[in-house]
Amino acid sequence: MTDNSIQQPQSLMVEKQYFTFAQPPNEMVLDSGARLGPITLAYESYGTLNEQKNNAVLVLHACTGDAHVAGHYSDENCSTSKPGWWDNMVGPGKPIDTDRYFVICSNILGSCCGTTGPSSINPETGKPFGCSFPMVTIRDMVRAQKQLIDHLEIKKIMALIGGSVGGMQVLRWCVEYPEMVASAIPLATTTRHSAQAIAFNEVARQAIMTDPDWNNGDYYEGKGPHHGLAVARMIGHVTYLSDESMRNKFGRRLQNRSSVSFDFDVDFEIESYLRHQGTKFVSRFDANSLLYITKAADYFDLESSEGCSLIDEKLSDTTFLVISFSSDWLYPTYQSKTLVSILKKNGCDVSFCEIEAQWGHDAFLLPNPRLNTIIEKFLLRISNEQGI
Amino acid sequence: MSKESEHLENFRFDLRLIGSWIKPNSKVLDLGCGNGDLLLYLKEHKNVRGTGIEFVEAKVAKCIERGLSVLQGDFNDEVHDYPDNCFDVIILSQTLQQVMDPKNLILELLRIGKQVIVSFPNFSHWMIRMKILVHGRAPKSRQLPYEWYNTPNIRIITIRDFKEFLASLKIKLAKEAAINTDNNDKDGKIVKFLKNIRATYGIMMLESPH
Repeated sequence: MTDNSIQQPQSLMVEKQYFTFAQPPNEMVLDSGARLGPITLAYESYGTLNEQKNNAVLVLHACTGDAHVAGHYSDENCSTSKPGWWDNMVGPGKPIDTDRYFVICSNILGSCCGTTGPSSINPETGKPFGCSFPMVTIRDMVRAQKQLIDHLEIKKIMALIGGSVGGMQVLRWCVEYPEMVASAIPLATTTRHSAQAIAFNEVARQAIMTDPDWNNGDYYEGKGPHHGLAVARMIGHVTYLSDESMRNKFGRRLQNRSSVSFDFDVDFEIESYLRHQGTKFVSRFDANSLLYITKAADYFDLESSEGCSLIDEKLSDTTFLVISFSSDWLYPTYQSKTLVSILKKNGCDVSFCEIEAQWGHDAFLLPNPRLNTIIEKFLLRISNEQGI
Repeated sequence: MSKESEHLENFRFDLRLIGSWIKPNSKVLDLGCGNGDLLLYLKEHKNVRGTGIEFVEAKVAKCIERGLSVLQGDFNDEVHDYPDNCFDVIILSQTLQQVMDPKNLILELLRIGKQVIVSFPNFSHWMIRMKILVHGRAPKSRQLPYEWYNTPNIRIITIRDFKEFLASLKIKLAKEAAINTDNNDKDGKIVKFLKNIRATYGIMMLESPH
């Protein structure tokens, strides 16, 4: 190349798409026994599905994520708008390379970013569902995604990848549709939600439900439980960080003042940061959705008295890459090791790496050269093995 | 010269020998696999389905980057989860002398693998004998370069002791080699006579009595 000018990375332009299924009278029967339909999934796709339809990578987003994984919407100004939530990982020439793979992400059932959830209009009443929305599980979310994958005529997914609640979906996919999964990358996740994780979710839910503006979930014509939702997010954020990352990022530094206030206003930077995260979250997320999704995570448990449902010889051809992060105390490394132990018993080809990172649970979302490289090379290996 | 020998030439001499013992298409577990050199060689040249176990994160990452399967962890713990006979061959190269409970580890390896290849530094090499006899000092050598207070090598093994140990447990010795290596262990030769005195390393392939 003789052109010495620095090449600007190509901006990935995407658009949100929708897929509707389960039209009455063929509603989807949920784990709870309730029927739900029609269901709309908001999704985005990147790259091109090849002729053999075997280069699909399904990204499963975490609790409050959405389908907008990477790039920008066409009506956005790329220089001012924020790209998708995993833009450092997904895109042309990036570890999940959209020049090679067909990348799909759909917003989970029960969420509020385009997919049917408690803030959607109940066709029977013409009003938002609120708490009349049926309880959904991780399995229900995955069964809805399967409808989308069938619609896209994909028979085998080259790789499933997701962290946290996204990792739970990865594992649930492996349990429900093992023959469709060539490889799976569960990040910072667990086979069963721990008492500690349930405890924090319950505190978050109580913050919302004790806000008078929650009004038993029927608040869509009013202000809504802004304060409760912000507090719930503040609690969530604490669990995503770590002692070390908070010490390094904030320490005991004061926020825009030289001495403490001797009142209950913001004194410390960490307080200001959490309040900011809380307020920001209120403008983009629905309180009822947070209630439903946290409950789905709490119900997640692949182990039972009959053993772990991941123990299935149909998974013996699936290649796994399990990754945990050293400072993650929400889904600590021992939980990933339990998963690895189960997969070993299964005879699966499994790799495991605990990445040293100080950022707590959030580490899986942050740019990290080690994480990026191992995901990139693992996917290359799988695509070679699959003859892509 | 074939690609195989070019590649193998870069290995430690004991690994070259171990590599030559492994049959094509077998399923291999390499304990303490490091950067995965041997596993990569076996994958590329013998179509081996391999898994490594390695403690150091950077080496684990390197293995994954090279397209290998690897588990980060302590192999003393990691071996217990595997079902019976799930590997054709398990490799424990130059690590046995650092293992706290070698007897139970070897029995466990013979449970999860059909064959186990072990290599260890031979503590009855004549130079080591001389150190004790002439100088009255705890022996240090190229293979065992540590002081008594900082050595990770907590087990003193000789080829003769190890064979007696196998016999006492009725473990079948399917194959053996005694080697004498050069300064950096890159090259060496197979020792045929007076093995227990002349060899720097013993390499043995074990099979379960069952």
